[in-house]
Amino acid sequence: MSVEKSMPVLIVDDYKTMLRIIRNLLKQLGFENVEEATDGSAALRKMRERGFGLVISDWNMEPMTGLQLLREVRADGQLRDTPFIMITAESKKENVVAAKEAGVSNYIVKPFNAATLKTKLEAVLGAF
Amino acid sequence: MTASNAATQADLQEQVRTALNESQQPLTEADVARIVTEVVRNTDVELTQLDLQVFREIDSLAKYIQAAKAEIAAIRPDEIRDDFVPSATDELDAVVAATEEATGIILDNAEKVMEAAGELEEPAQSNLIEMVTAIFEACNFQDITGQRITKVVTTLKHIDERIQALASILGEEVDQCTVPEAVEDVGTAVLDDEDLLNGPQLPNSAIDQDEIDKLLAGDD
Repeated sequence: MSVEKSMPVLIVDDYKTMLRIIRNLLKQLGFENVEEATDGSAALRKMRERGFGLVISDWNMEPMTGLQLLREVRADGQLRDTPFIMITAESKKENVVAAKEAGVSNYIVKPFNAATLKTKLEAVLGAF
Repeated sequence: MTASNAATQADLQEQVRTALNESQQPLTEADVARIVTEVVRNTDVELTQLDLQVFREIDSLAKYIQAAKAEIAAIRPDEIRDDFVPSATDELDAVVAATEEATGIILDNAEKVMEAAGELEEPAQSNLIEMVTAIFEACNFQDITGQRITKVVTTLKHIDERIQALASILGEEVDQCTVPEAVEDVGTAVLDDEDLLNGPQLPNSAIDQDEIDKLLAGDD
């Protein structure tokens, strides 16, 4: 199955700089249909307005964290199957375990590079 | 009944029993008075020794508390609260703002280079995109730096709260305690290079290049 790179991707981070970095790296990988949100609740609103083929989210945000967003997505019948990658500086084992238990598709620790992002995207979406 | 009272009562009973055994007849008033006096005297001696020990412990504790108050006064909790912590957090916030601004400029230009790369032939295009990618990757540092500095600020505030709580527990003496000034009045002291090394100033407490130029030129 080939990856449809024109699918809408939602990136969520409260650091505008990080949103720009992820957007640019995705662009280089061929994903140009990218939307942004600066916390979990804003992301959830956008997801309920339109479907996304992938969500890439930070963890540490207010008022709704990335983990809370993930749990909301997995509990929502319409959104539950959306691939969800966490990109975060939270690298303690308990964080990864909590994200896994909440149903995260993959987990990238900051700082990360383009190769890692590509590898994780392929692991979630299939080779491209 | 306290342990001391119980011991006194047991001692009294024992001495009465011994006196009865020795005399083999009811004790006289004088006998009872002698026994009671002796027991009371012994008890007084024990209590006095115990009291002294307690007094010594309390005295030692009081000196320890005084020393602790002096130590806490010496670190000037009011200055930590009013000056040091706000100043340190302002400096750290300025670091975050400066790195964010610099990263923004780097990203602006990296994006322009990426656009320009689209018009190049291979392999120049791929080479340039690879370099720009490395720039994007390197800009990760800004997020990490910001988060680390936020943690340091939180730790500073926590330390401040603990010091204020300790000062509050130890009473007003700590707040009122005056510690001799370690630094001479800047207005009268001769400043050397070390005194002038304050590091970069925050924007609101700095003068800009134009003002510096005017100062150097001697304009008011």
